[in-house]
Amino acid sequence: MSLFRLPRRLGPYGIVVPFAIVLAFPFYWMTVTAFKSPTDLFNLENVPYSFGEGSPTWDNFTFLFTDTLFLTWVKNTFLVGGVVVAITLALAVPAGYALARLTGRWGQWLAIGIFLTYLVPPTLLFLPMSRLITELGLDNSKTSLMLVYPSFTVPFATWLLMGFFKTIPPELEEAALMDGASRLRALWRVVFPISLPGILTVVIFTFSLCVNEFVYAVTFISSSTERTVSVGVATDLIRGDVYQWGSLMAGTLLPSIPLAILYNVFLNRFIAGFTGGAFR
Amino acid sequence: MPRRRRRLDVFEQRRFLGPLLIAPAVLFIAALVGAPLLLAIYLSFTNAHSGSLSGDFVGLANYTNEWRDPVFQSALRNTVLYTLVSQAIVLVGAGLIAHALIKPFRGRWFLRLLVLLPWAAPVALGTIGFLWMFDALFSVVNWTTVNDLMPGSGELHLYKIVNWVFARDFWPGFIQIGAIDPLAPPQWLGQTELAKAAIIGVHSWRILPFAVVIFLAGIASIPTEVEDAAKIDGATGLKKFFYVSLPLQLPIATVALLFGVVFTATDMAVVYILTHGGPFNSTHMLTTWAFDTGINSASLGPGAAISLYLLPVLAGIAILMLRFARKAEVS
Repeated sequence: MSLFRLPRRLGPYGIVVPFAIVLAFPFYWMTVTAFKSPTDLFNLENVPYSFGEGSPTWDNFTFLFTDTLFLTWVKNTFLVGGVVVAITLALAVPAGYALARLTGRWGQWLAIGIFLTYLVPPTLLFLPMSRLITELGLDNSKTSLMLVYPSFTVPFATWLLMGFFKTIPPELEEAALMDGASRLRALWRVVFPISLPGILTVVIFTFSLCVNEFVYAVTFISSSTERTVSVGVATDLIRGDVYQWGSLMAGTLLPSIPLAILYNVFLNRFIAGFTGGAFR
Repeated sequence: MPRRRRRLDVFEQRRFLGPLLIAPAVLFIAALVGAPLLLAIYLSFTNAHSGSLSGDFVGLANYTNEWRDPVFQSALRNTVLYTLVSQAIVLVGAGLIAHALIKPFRGRWFLRLLVLLPWAAPVALGTIGFLWMFDALFSVVNWTTVNDLMPGSGELHLYKIVNWVFARDFWPGFIQIGAIDPLAPPQWLGQTELAKAAIIGVHSWRILPFAVVIFLAGIASIPTEVEDAAKIDGATGLKKFFYVSLPLQLPIATVALLFGVVFTATDMAVVYILTHGGPFNSTHMLTTWAFDTGINSASLGPGAAISLYLLPVLAGIAILMLRFARKAEVS
């Protein structure tokens, strides 16, 4: 009996393990490379998977922190991300609430319209945007990113928040209204606290979209000190013939780890919001 | 006192409060998405160069010139090729993984974590990892396939397995290119066909986790009664898959596919970092070719025209999504 059961019990492993190896391998390889010394890394005789002469070492990380602008890029990313999150919340929370509660048929069409703008990609808009940014005198500064990034985070966040607000029973605010509270007060005192998890999800995904963004950042900004981390690592550390692979891999690994943890923690909320609750 | 009460009433009325809350977001989106989109359309009809926002009206010349340009043609073909092939890989892979992950087994959370990892890394940074893996001299992919993986005792050369599949005379040329010569390992980013394969690989790699997540949510939403009913009716194995599971999962697969198409066709970072369109402009997508034309060559008009060739595709996807949304509402 157990012999017949065996394939069924091993089934999931047989499928998932090979995929997991392929999907996670680049990260494993980034980690190994980040801890290797140049002499070890560039010796073709060595087995790349194990550590050789002078490895493992923290040198690549030290180089990244002291001899490159990596920390400046990280700081820029947090600055841009922080401002964009603030703008996004200020615009998307009221809009999401209104679309979920206060409007009728035309509200539905407006919601669809906002969702459709999320499908208009930066790669379609970056040329006119770059002209507008130059006209405004914002080229080559991270202020341009703070202004432009909400153009894709606001539609996304409004759509997500609308889904979250719809899951909160309207009876809760109606009770507050009965007690004599104004609608804005009910929103602030009753709805807002309950929807904090949803708002937190929006904060995290807005921020991660800012870390991810590449097209605008590479188009608008040409001086190294104003770059965000994605573009800084991809352009400044690769320029020229000398590739600092060790510190390059350290630089790709460090921003990815916290994002990986956050994504996994907030996974389920993200799905619910992204599909607009279509699968509940 | 009564007067003040009345003014507050304005805020209490749905008629006023709704628009008041929505207006800032709508105005912002109109200014930062609507206006640039219109400007892009305007620019595509002019010969504007960067440095000035206006140019002479040239009608459809930018569109027709690009349509005849061989680089544009290959960029268009590549965009379709990358998108279709990577999404096919993603759908099959995500379907398999999600089905295997849906039931609990030992170590599931850890395997799920590994599968979802690529999604968390910023696209540009993940692609740099691949740039290193496909390096001309130190490619770990090549090392792993060419070297003996069990030195000393037994021989295990992966390239022999690969060649057993690919190095056959009856395959067409583009499949035989997958064969590996251990003395001259493949130049992943230096040969057109291999570079295209590498780009498709990276796109599949980064979209797959997203599709797995959507699939998992979709499968979990199928009521268990359906499974039970199928079991009672005696549907098992392939029959159950084709008549019960597959139709129920079609809507989910559609959602994952539509988003995957948008993410792949409109991405610029992967090709920009991996090959920069090379060798000899043979691996461009519309997005990278638009960037090269509009930014590097400063031809705003033609660049805008190139990127606007994406618009019909996006419009088609938007229509499909709306249709799908309506269907979901009815059922």
